[in-house]
Amino acid sequence: MLEINHVTKVFFPGTVNEKVALEDINLKVNEGDVISVIGSNGSGKSTLFNMIAGTFPVTSGTIKLDSKDITKEKEYKRAFYMGRIFQDPTKGTSGNMSIKDNLSLSLTKGMKGLKFSYNNKKKAQFEELLKPIHLSDRLEDNVGLLSGGQRQALTLIMACLSKPRLLLLDEHTAALDPENARIVMELTKQYITKEKLTAMMVTHNMQFAIEFGNRLIMMDEGHIIMDVSGEEKKNLTIPILIERFKSLSKKEYTSDEGLLTH
Amino acid sequence: MIEGIFIEGLIFSIMALGILISFRLLNLADLTCDGSVSTGAAVAAIMIVNGVAIPVAMLFAFLAGVLCGLCTAAIHNHLRIPGLLAGILTMTMLYSINLRILGNKANLPLIKVDTLYKVWPKMMSFLSPEVASLIGTLILIIVLKIILDLFFHSDLGISLGAMGGNEQVVISLGMSPSTLKYVGIGLSNGLIALSGALLAQYQGFADTSLGTGMVVQGLAAIMLGEFIFNTNKISLITLRVILGSIIYKALMYFGRKYGHYVGITPNDFKLLTGLLVIISLVIASTRQRASEENARKKALLRIKEDN
Repeated sequence: MLEINHVTKVFFPGTVNEKVALEDINLKVNEGDVISVIGSNGSGKSTLFNMIAGTFPVTSGTIKLDSKDITKEKEYKRAFYMGRIFQDPTKGTSGNMSIKDNLSLSLTKGMKGLKFSYNNKKKAQFEELLKPIHLSDRLEDNVGLLSGGQRQALTLIMACLSKPRLLLLDEHTAALDPENARIVMELTKQYITKEKLTAMMVTHNMQFAIEFGNRLIMMDEGHIIMDVSGEEKKNLTIPILIERFKSLSKKEYTSDEGLLTH
Repeated sequence: MIEGIFIEGLIFSIMALGILISFRLLNLADLTCDGSVSTGAAVAAIMIVNGVAIPVAMLFAFLAGVLCGLCTAAIHNHLRIPGLLAGILTMTMLYSINLRILGNKANLPLIKVDTLYKVWPKMMSFLSPEVASLIGTLILIIVLKIILDLFFHSDLGISLGAMGGNEQVVISLGMSPSTLKYVGIGLSNGLIALSGALLAQYQGFADTSLGTGMVVQGLAAIMLGEFIFNTNKISLITLRVILGSIIYKALMYFGRKYGHYVGITPNDFKLLTGLLVIISLVIASTRQRASEENARKKALLRIKEDN
């Protein structure tokens, strides 16, 4: 479904700050794959997501979605078939607007016209959508009043509302306290199963990475160093992951914390 | 004289609404305003003097303003320079253009031709000219406010609001921020020019230096409005701006009338308006801190009770 061919990203080319963030990445995501992506800081996870979503252009290589070349397509165009949730809970929703306005906008992708799409039918639909996160009675409240966890859950609902072909979760629970992170994680799994979404999730939490999805990718120094799925993925544990990381990584790390944060 | 304050305030509020769109909704400091208000005045004046029907002249003034806004948006979007600089560029260029529109003159009197402020008293001859003018202006503003409120309840209007709060959201929803900026800044300057067109008719002449310092005055009006009440409803926000504009004009009127007792002359008004904006900002941030402090104390109290 998503094909990444020989993608390389170099930041600040030709300067002293030149940094190769991704080097010749090849990745094929199949329909229905739910992939967790792990790796230490600066390994290229977020850059990979930025390339897929189109935030920055690639330095070389191609990205195809459903065999259509989208390498040069702008980020807002790709948003038609990709949903993305950021680490920062304030990025996915507009804080100075009510929940209902936020939801109204996410019903359809693309430029909006002079229609009034909010009505009683929509109200009922929104209340139904918000039930799992207990916000049904707060449609008129500003999103800015919500907690980080509630906001991230709302972002998730908004992203899934348009049934994206690919859902990108960029450490979307990292800024939340453990309790809320757990709740948002559960919701994420529910929505992915319910809507049969294809998804990729960057995480620093190895437990989440192991529990989440059918496939796991490990990145290091701009390379994909491990790609497991099926039975092999099911049998992973944190110690095995750390052991694998140590043997595959090029860099010497002094402690476990340097490898992957729990 | 009280009618005068209201008429001035209402005319001024159209401009403040335009500034509201760029500064508050789009979160973009657009200084095109200082130029486009004169453009609106110049276009309307030259057309009325040449015998074009008043509504048509005002429509063209609005469109001229939209064009100014589109110019700023284009500079901002395609050359990737900050909105502030883009606005200053357009504003500066507009000085020359406005002089051209008025036929290389700095001002154009509208004494000998019919304007709205001569037509309205004629239409409502049973009222005094001042009251008739006020009613005419008021009806115009109410219609404009309703149209604007409807626009901001539409999907496009909501999208504009969303962009000011968070550009990434708009991208995630598959909309181009550039396109939305064209719409927003265009509309904003269209309103500002419309205000200029009305102002020229009210004061009886169009002047190319009409717009000097208008942005700050508009901001002062918006901030004064924000002190009246707190809301996130767009219809109340626009109402607040209109009330703020009237209050601002009233303050200026009393400044003119009684200012000499404390040695204030109209020359000091720009300084005072600037100070008013600064004071408003100080009060707003103090309020913010006070409410945060309040919330902190409440939270501490709750924790204590829980224990």
